[in-house]
Amino acid sequence: MSFRNTPLAVIHDVDKATLLTPELRAEIDKHVAKYPPEWKQSAVMPALTLVQDHNGGWLSRELMDQVAAYLDMPETAVYEVATFYAMYDLEPVGRHKVCVCNSVSCRLGGAEELMHHIEKKYNVAPGGTTADGKLTFKEFECLGACRHAPAVMVDKVYHECVTPEAIDKIIDDLD
Amino acid sequence: MAENQNTVCFRTMHLDATVRYTLESYRSVGGYVQWERILREKPDPDQLIDELKTSALRGRGGAGFPTGLKWSFMPRTKPGQKYIVCNSDEGEPGTCKDRDIMRYNPHQLIEGMAIAGYCIGATVGYNYIRGEFYEPTARFDGALEEAYAAGLLGKNLLGSGVDFDLYTHLGAGAYICGEETALLESLEGKKGQPRFKPPFPAQAGLYGMPTTINNTETLASVPVILEKSGKWFLEQGKPNNGGPKLFSITGHVERPCNLEIPLGTPFKDVLEMAGGVSGGRALKAVIPGGSSVPVVPGDVMMRTDMDYDSIAKAGSMLGSGAVIIIAEGTCMVKVLANLAHFYAHESCGQCTPCREGTGWLARVLDRILAGNGRPQDLDLLDNVAGRIGGRTICALGDAAAMPVQSFLKHYRSEFEHLVEHGRSLVEAA
Repeated sequence: MSFRNTPLAVIHDVDKATLLTPELRAEIDKHVAKYPPEWKQSAVMPALTLVQDHNGGWLSRELMDQVAAYLDMPETAVYEVATFYAMYDLEPVGRHKVCVCNSVSCRLGGAEELMHHIEKKYNVAPGGTTADGKLTFKEFECLGACRHAPAVMVDKVYHECVTPEAIDKIIDDLD
Repeated sequence: MAENQNTVCFRTMHLDATVRYTLESYRSVGGYVQWERILREKPDPDQLIDELKTSALRGRGGAGFPTGLKWSFMPRTKPGQKYIVCNSDEGEPGTCKDRDIMRYNPHQLIEGMAIAGYCIGATVGYNYIRGEFYEPTARFDGALEEAYAAGLLGKNLLGSGVDFDLYTHLGAGAYICGEETALLESLEGKKGQPRFKPPFPAQAGLYGMPTTINNTETLASVPVILEKSGKWFLEQGKPNNGGPKLFSITGHVERPCNLEIPLGTPFKDVLEMAGGVSGGRALKAVIPGGSSVPVVPGDVMMRTDMDYDSIAKAGSMLGSGAVIIIAEGTCMVKVLANLAHFYAHESCGQCTPCREGTGWLARVLDRILAGNGRPQDLDLLDNVAGRIGGRTICALGDAAAMPVQSFLKHYRSEFEHLVEHGRSLVEAA
């Protein structure tokens, strides 16, 4: 077998009541309850998402280590997950994330022009953050909203059929 | 709306948009009648699976594997936990149908998963939803709450002794998790890297236990098949291509849309339903089943029907039902470069031919687009693509290779012109 079907359980020598925050632990516990008791690590993705949201949109190494300790996982197993999935950021980000879909249907529907507009007007390259710390601009792979091209995800909200004028309005309305 | 539209997964679509996703709305179209009947009568699961086999329902996620057959692989009577997993990791470029099922008719997916659980002996189900789908997830979670409150999910349902618990699991942005074994790895809290098969998930799946994984649309089709019969479903489509199917019509069309229409509908009718090619332009090409399948020239598509077997005859695949329309005047080298970058970004890195090859393809295409192409680059592309396809654990390698080979086959002159003259044959820019 090329995969292991046993959890990588590692018990860390730490008082779990000191990890993260009580609210985060309670939220993570709700996810842990969905999986078999020995498979706490199944909750690592929702846990990282919760912790990232709580930390202004990014994950520090220290936070990942705390998630590892809380879920009885090796730290490296948590790093593997955090580096693999596109929605985790491992460096500080702007107050908002503007993710423009650049996959084929959105591309045919004007995503390229939209990206050029954002780059020029806000002086930020894909993957970068504006000087004022307001926006992190990302080029995203297919958002699954292809019939409303081009699609943009701003933080957790989809905006569809977005023109350069529309994105300016959306960005203006952000704090 | 024609009377043969929106008959299965979109059967709540005609209801008021502000309430069509509620339990009450779903009940008004016959929802949960099948699940309650099963709980009351406890029919032999084989009977239900036979009905699915009769329906010729094939997997709606892209592979088109017969659903009834897949369910029959499960060792139902073997002791131990078994799982039903729904693949809502919709991410194949061009595909936007599962999102709408969860937004507009989430209860039907819940009922389909519960029935699937009963048929394969699974008392626990997970719906793996891609991480970006916050809104559809909220809808689905709301429906789950309603279903639990109504006693349709949980333990000893309606006093039947049947248990079924259903949970959502949110991803975090990885196309590869739509591959079923990568999805299982992800559910187990790991990187989404596909598993080598065998063992197949029906033998050793989630947590090493027997597991069936089906696409959202596949599972949501099940309640209607049991209500109206497998024969009815089959007759909506064509032999071996049962039922209606959701098609996402995107790209250069006047009215991009999702259509639930019978399999076997002529492509030209589908194009017309979407308002035709945008801006009154001529049709150049169609990618008929999501970005991973071979491109088909427009004139060939105009003579092709939209079902698994007809599209296979036209040299491509129905895939996920994502129909990407490309108008005359589009530079096909640019389109292919976009696809190549997608696969290079989404390769999980496990198999060398895919990890390295997808990057090569993207870089060579960039070079050609920048006007620095070399005459031997076209053969190089073909060669690299040929060395990825069939040499990887999962189908992402094939998915990256097939567009390259088909674009070169049908639009070689555009590539040659760009290499020779350093600019596009079809567009000024």
